[in-house]
Amino acid sequence: MNTESPGHRNHTLVVTVENKSGVLARVASLFARRAFNIRSLAVAPTEDEHLSRITIVVDGESAPIEQVVNQLDKLINVVDIQDLQPGHAIERELMLVTVAVEPEHRDDIVEQLDRAGGKVMSVGADSMMLSLVGDPEHIDTFENLLRPFGILEIQRTGRVALANLDETIE
Amino acid sequence: MKTDGGQALIRSLEREGVEVMFGLPGGAILPVYDPIIDSKIRHILVRHEQGAGHMAEGYAQATGKPGVAMVTSGPAATNIVTPLCDAYLDSIPMVVITGQVPTAAIGTDAFQECDTTGITASITKHNFLVTEAQDIPQVIKEAFHIATTGRPGPVLVDIPKDIVDPTNPRSSLEWEDNVEIDLPGYKVDTSVDPEAIQKAVELIQNAERPILYIGGGILKSRAAESLLELAELTGIHVVTTLMARGAFPDSHELCLGMPGMHGNFTAVTAMQESDLLITLGARFDDRVTGKLDEFAVSAKIIHVDIDPAELGKVRRPDVPVQGDCRTAIEAMVSVLRDFGSGNTDRTAWKSRISGWQERFPLVYEPSTPGQALKPQFVIEKLRDATPADTIVASGVGQHQMWASQYWTFNHPYTWINSGGLGTMGFSIPAAIGAKVGCPEKMVWAVDGDGCFQMTAQELVTARVENIPIKVALLNNSYLGMVRQWQDMFYEERHSEVFLSKEIPDYKGWAESMGCFAMRVDDPDEVEEAIAQANEIEDRPVVIDFRTAAEEKVYPMVASGTGNSDVIVPPSQEKEIR
Ligand SMILES: Cc1ncc(C[n+]2csc(CCOP(=O)(O)OP(=O)(O)O)c2C)c(N)n1
Ligand SMILES: [Mg+2]
Repeated sequence: MNTESPGHRNHTLVVTVENKSGVLARVASLFARRAFNIRSLAVAPTEDEHLSRITIVVDGESAPIEQVVNQLDKLINVVDIQDLQPGHAIERELMLVTVAVEPEHRDDIVEQLDRAGGKVMSVGADSMMLSLVGDPEHIDTFENLLRPFGILEIQRTGRVALANLDETIE
Repeated sequence: MKTDGGQALIRSLEREGVEVMFGLPGGAILPVYDPIIDSKIRHILVRHEQGAGHMAEGYAQATGKPGVAMVTSGPAATNIVTPLCDAYLDSIPMVVITGQVPTAAIGTDAFQECDTTGITASITKHNFLVTEAQDIPQVIKEAFHIATTGRPGPVLVDIPKDIVDPTNPRSSLEWEDNVEIDLPGYKVDTSVDPEAIQKAVELIQNAERPILYIGGGILKSRAAESLLELAELTGIHVVTTLMARGAFPDSHELCLGMPGMHGNFTAVTAMQESDLLITLGARFDDRVTGKLDEFAVSAKIIHVDIDPAELGKVRRPDVPVQGDCRTAIEAMVSVLRDFGSGNTDRTAWKSRISGWQERFPLVYEPSTPGQALKPQFVIEKLRDATPADTIVASGVGQHQMWASQYWTFNHPYTWINSGGLGTMGFSIPAAIGAKVGCPEKMVWAVDGDGCFQMTAQELVTARVENIPIKVALLNNSYLGMVRQWQDMFYEERHSEVFLSKEIPDYKGWAESMGCFAMRVDDPDEVEEAIAQANEIEDRPVVIDFRTAAEEKVYPMVASGTGNSDVIVPPSQEKEIR
């Protein structure tokens, strides 16, 4: 459920850029210079070797989203921008997390993890490293669940997203 | 045909039709300077790289062609940062080529290395770091394409030495007569949406208090003639911003002149009271709007701009029209011709406008004999003694505002100034660039004493390269505009604004740079000095006009206040209830 007001919600922009050196810096510096806030950012090559895709979650409160899109579009290396509507996109994040856990509580965690759809990556004497892929809210929920155990280290990727299929077929 | 990167670079510039470039060589760019000897491109050797950049800007503003500057790496690249930013804010087409350390040395803090593309990324429309000689022709073509199309702007091309140095195998390439642009992310759409035009026309037909709010985009789209047609067809009054002076003739009865912080009362107030601002190639700059929430509160907005990011950036338009200004105006004119301009009665509005014009003309107190010159008087005399198509290039400060206010601009491309960045030192190099582009026209720089001291050395360039510009130095011994703010908002506490009354000796300095120079103290000498200057064509001329330091630019909308609170000169205060 989206409880934020329409003008002020976060936006997920999928920005297709030329795969050239310095392009990420141009995008990042544009956000800094125009005082647009980035919530998260992920970048990787695409199916076409000349292109990369940057998924940017933009704080809709820092600037009107059309302004962000229009300014991004002025970057010569930006080829395409999609402003994904919540509910009409598939969004995923990956979390790697190491939690403190005594051997007698391991089963407890593994059970929770199974239910959430995660994996055990590594087991230490009194800690475990877990991984979980899911939509950002799902990851948030699981992260909160782990907190009481003691999170030793956590690393989340930025969000990646693609428009939902019914959305892309016209 | 086999060639090397340096040769290919110069040939690529020739292929773009470049006739003149402004620059100064150094280590990293050396190999490119050798083929210049055999090129038909005229190279003008500047005395400081900032000068090269402003000259390229002045050339571009006067001719409409892209200006080209070439400098070496490191300190030369940083010296040209100011003109790049200036050109970016005023949307001036310019291509700057910088030398760079050899590719293998990039990132090692090599001698005269700096991250030129990193430094200039946010103040250029685009920049390139070329790493292969083979790419040079295509990149140059792309650079000119980007600089001159859509919303124009500066493009920088950074060239490492090894790919242009003929002794280095990395510089070798195969020259091809045709190269293709490959810019998948750059599309320019100049067409306009007919539905938006239709809506705009409806607003125009029904508006009771419309104003044509004209910005520099009109000049960029070469739409001055179409604008005249639109204004005459509809009978709507026109304001021309600092960037658009000359886009609509000042002598025309529909012209209200410049709006904004130092705009005239009628232009400021007419916008403020308007119910429709037909915004053409302007961008609601804070110097025009004053306090934004108090700006033209009852006006609907039509906003035409080639750059979609301008539509709604500052003020949300009722009818946004993305596209070329001239195309949009022509489309509006054609619909208006078919359907008429409407029957809205605007007599009341017109008489309010003429009322303001009568009560609040631009005024100053003339000087009495023996007193220092009034700067406005000097501008008026200069205006009256020069051909109507004289190009005026100004610096930044009080003198700039007086030049814009008191000149009568009746031709487009005759007013060249630094609007967006407000760069002191702009006028002399910009005037040189304009004169190079338009040698048949008279070119006057109107400069301040503070500005003059920032770039005067380019008068050496002007003399040596035979570019006879003229400089009217409005010398008030102060950083006058800053002094004015201290007078008005800091209880006349003058902090670091007094320059000097005697030093430098401008006449002697100008003479030492090869100029003909005069000093004028007395109002009676002004006309004669200007007449003498106008006769001289074999060298630059500098006239040091000693002007009154306490003179203020009026009207003024104080920073942070609304345009309804415009401050008028003391002699008009009784007119404002
Ligand atoms: C490079 C730069 N530095 C500082 C300023 C701030 N500034 C604006 S106007 C001005 C005074 C200009 O003095 P002068 O050239 O003598 O012109 P005047 O106002 O006296 O006519 C200053 C310092 C500026 N615009 N540009
Ligand atoms: Mg001064």
